Amino acid sequence: MAYKKIAQDFLNKSNISIGDLVKVEKGEIQYNGILLDRSEDAEDNHIVLKIDNGYNIGLNISNAKIELIKKGSKPEIKYDNVEIVNDPEKDNILIISTGGTVSSIIDYKTGAVHPVFTASDLLKANSELLDLANIDVKALYNILSENMKPEYWVNTAKSIADEINNGVDGVVVAHGTDTMHYTSAALSFMLESPVPIVITGAQRSSDRPSTDAFLNLMNSVGAAKSNIAEVTVCMHGTLDDVYCDLHRGTKVRKMHTSRRDTFRSIDNEPIARFKNGELSSINTNNYTKRNSKELKLSDNLESKVAIIKTFPGITEELINYHVDKGYKGLLIEGTGLGHIPDYMLNAIKRANEENIAIVMTSQCIYGTLNMNVYSTGRKLLNAGVISGGDMTPETAYVKLCWALGQSENLNDVTNIITTNIAGELNEKSSLKYFLN
Amino acid sequence: MDWDDLGLKMGLEIHQQLNTETKLFCPCATELIDERFDNEIKRGLRPTQSELGQIDRAAFQESMRKLKFNYEAYNHRTCLVETDDEPPHDLNEEALDLAITIASLLNMHIIDEVHTMRKQVIDGSNTGGFQRTSLVATDGYLETPQGKVAIENLCLEEDACRRIATENDFTHFRLDRLGIPLVEITTDPSIHHPEQVKEVAYVLGQILRSTNVKRGLGTIRQDLNISIAKGSRVELKGVQNLDLIPEMVELEVQRQLNLLNIQEELKSRDARVLDDIHDLDEIFKNTSSKILSTAQSIKGIVLKGFKGLVGLEIQKGRRFGTELSSYAKKREVSGIFHTDELPAYGISQEETESMRSYLNADEDDTIVIVAHDEDIAISALEEVIRRANMAFDGVPEETRKALEDGTSEFMRPLPTANRMYLETDIPLFKIDKNKIINIRNNLPELPEEKKNRIIDEYSLSEDLAKQLVKKLHADEFEIIMKEIDVDSTLVASFLAYNLREIKREGIVIKHINPKDLIATFKLLSAEKISKDAITDIIKEIAINKEAIEQQFNEKENGFIKYVDKDIDNNIDPEQIAKSLDLLLLGENDVENIIIEIVNNNSSMIKEREMGAIGPLMGISMKKLKGKADGKLVNKILKEEIKKLLN
Repeated sequence: MAYKKIAQDFLNKSNISIGDLVKVEKGEIQYNGILLDRSEDAEDNHIVLKIDNGYNIGLNISNAKIELIKKGSKPEIKYDNVEIVNDPEKDNILIISTGGTVSSIIDYKTGAVHPVFTASDLLKANSELLDLANIDVKALYNILSENMKPEYWVNTAKSIADEINNGVDGVVVAHGTDTMHYTSAALSFMLESPVPIVITGAQRSSDRPSTDAFLNLMNSVGAAKSNIAEVTVCMHGTLDDVYCDLHRGTKVRKMHTSRRDTFRSIDNEPIARFKNGELSSINTNNYTKRNSKELKLSDNLESKVAIIKTFPGITEELINYHVDKGYKGLLIEGTGLGHIPDYMLNAIKRANEENIAIVMTSQCIYGTLNMNVYSTGRKLLNAGVISGGDMTPETAYVKLCWALGQSENLNDVTNIITTNIAGELNEKSSLKYFLN
Repeated sequence: MDWDDLGLKMGLEIHQQLNTETKLFCPCATELIDERFDNEIKRGLRPTQSELGQIDRAAFQESMRKLKFNYEAYNHRTCLVETDDEPPHDLNEEALDLAITIASLLNMHIIDEVHTMRKQVIDGSNTGGFQRTSLVATDGYLETPQGKVAIENLCLEEDACRRIATENDFTHFRLDRLGIPLVEITTDPSIHHPEQVKEVAYVLGQILRSTNVKRGLGTIRQDLNISIAKGSRVELKGVQNLDLIPEMVELEVQRQLNLLNIQEELKSRDARVLDDIHDLDEIFKNTSSKILSTAQSIKGIVLKGFKGLVGLEIQKGRRFGTELSSYAKKREVSGIFHTDELPAYGISQEETESMRSYLNADEDDTIVIVAHDEDIAISALEEVIRRANMAFDGVPEETRKALEDGTSEFMRPLPTANRMYLETDIPLFKIDKNKIINIRNNLPELPEEKKNRIIDEYSLSEDLAKQLVKKLHADEFEIIMKEIDVDSTLVASFLAYNLREIKREGIVIKHINPKDLIATFKLLSAEKISKDAITDIIKEIAINKEAIEQQFNEKENGFIKYVDKDIDNNIDPEQIAKSLDLLLLGENDVENIIIEIVNNNSSMIKEREMGAIGPLMGISMKKLKGKADGKLVNKILKEEIKKLLN
């Protein structure tokens, strides 16, 4: 219970707990209702009642009298199981849940939102998915995506590999949206897969009828059944509830705090568009086809990697700090074509001498680096900075973690960073690759 | 009817839009937009399965099919909060203050801490699938000429989208109205007389209008709850005309009584509703009925012992069959046929007979048929069966739409338990005691008090003061009177009557503000214009302002044209009076004009002597067209005639 000192004492005195039907008297009026829990960050000295017309109200308990009408139990949610009969004609798709808002159920009595963990819960809320495939659900984590860590990527990749070994035809990963593009990049580097691995989520939580979760899930299951055997992100393509775009996992980024179509392909076009759980159009044939690769898991990651964004007024301390702390890699978000102030050069040289891999990307987000145009760029290259090409800073960061996991040798790392592994590097910048 | 005997009980629910700067949870303006929208957003809503009870896939699909919506949005005048992308911003405190003001005028108790709730609504009128609402005050009362009425609750909530059109696949909504703050005021259900409900609605309306609420069509909506002792609670939604309330109550009571009679009759006849839905295609294969012959399939059911009852009128122009039909219509059919009214509609006596024998229905039974696509016909008849079965319980609890002739039409069952849960995106709002004290110390004057005060203060007639208060010009009147030294009756009657006449001529007067009126009346007190010129000047100001406004709204290649919208500074009533040639002439100018007239008519003057004043006065006033005071003209004319005669 989240009641604090004053309110807790007040309730204890009358032996009242959450879920009880109570009467509260304040001067000439009285309120009858069920005592609800109170959010932890709310002010003390108040209690919350759900009165019989359904409204919640907060009551200040100074000068209030409380009386128990009827003892209640703290409401629990129980669901009937949905019986799932597998259809041998259909593909077997696994949904791995890592948390986020992909599916949750509201308890109207208390207003609490409960995450969905079992296949039966998720399918009860989204039963149409069963028309598309045999669905199994595994709950791996229940974490907000800002709390993701490289070690969770590794476990997720391992679980996916296990399931692919067990014969699933495609995998959908339900994920919070904030760091979805980091995870999609990480899985892209760690896994070579004969089947699609599709990451999806929701911008608007599933307790609301307007949630985008269902459309995203349905099209993700469609994508997981498709021939596109890559790690992809499948999310709303527009503000409409009409179709989803399927983005390459290394070329996608969350670009808006709140819109449903927040995920956009960067320096790339979406691979395909999915509608009603089916492929509706495809932009390119340049993708890895189903069963063209053997399953391969390369799950060594170096987590001692940091991102440094340059800015007017940056000082060498930021680089030196990470060198002193024993970081193995630094991802720099430079300006424009890939620059940082020239007075930073000594710190960069020192980091290089201490065998720290330094990769440059651009805070422009769009476009490729060219560090030969201005002298600062050339000096940085000479100091050992590796160009990140047209990778987004997030993808380049993840790739650096992965590259350092594959080798400690700086030449090897340079090679890995500058070689296209999972569609993260484009030689060619198309006119179509901006703001789409 | 003896209302007490019947155990008539009524309650009112009033929704009033507030006239705040911005919407309840976003910074958009609270104005409706009648221009073409910039974007249309296609959305669906998804009831959670638990709300539909057991998983019935067919019913679920059916409900999903209908939940497709097009939202009309504007690039700059609506925002991502309204499209349900961006989370709501903080609760609009101006709206909360207004709600507390209204609650205080209704003697209510303010809740200590306001919690915003989500109330599920999945008809598309809210983009999120829920309406945000919070309980602000409880336990008040209202004094009416017929006694005290308890006010149960006052909630602050957001208005829904405007429904623009319904097509087969989509309902079109406009986002402009979504989020305009509303107060919802509910009385307790203890009003016993129809005239009193009307009175309560009227008094509540007056109180609301003494605060900063929206005015005009659609800004206040009344719902009426009615029940009689043996009947059930029925909510009549969207009562527009207060004068119609007593008739509406009477018609609803009549409907409930007739349904109770039907209930009794059905029981005495041992009537039954048969569940089987029969295929009647064969019987009507050669029918001459156009409706039947063009339908994909014809289905029928038997209501045992219902004969005559389906065709029975239960409310003027509405039969029991109309009730059955309105349930069927929720399944997209245009109506039903029943044997109480057959043969008709091209269905022959023979067809009716053969249908009876095919279905084993005898003379006491009623057959109901529906012609449509097979699945729709079946689901429509299932609804008819459901409603027919309810007849055995008397009056069903329903939400009904109030129609203009005082009758009503079934909309949906009464909502059962409120599906409400906390809106977690909005912090709890603790209401500071000082806020309440401050608001209570500055409550607006109620209409009656205001009327009496301005009668005293400005020595106005009862009628003028009443008109000013009723037409909401009293505040403007006082603002103007503070600034000028003009006869109060002149100003008051201009606001109460002349302004309305200008509007009747089709001139947009919404841009006319007290500043314009003060400047114009000042011309009068400076004797620069005559009082007859005031209407013409104000009219011209209104026309000019509207033209500027129009220009401002014009777009060129999608861009708004740049126009200096600082209208007030561009408009000078004196300039306008001059351009209309309405400025009074100086005494010398008047004298010169009159001398000319006198000289031109010298022969007539010599003939008639002082008797020429009459005709010459007419000629002079015509020539001076309101630019000179009549008394002055008369005086100069007399002098000049005398001069000429001497």
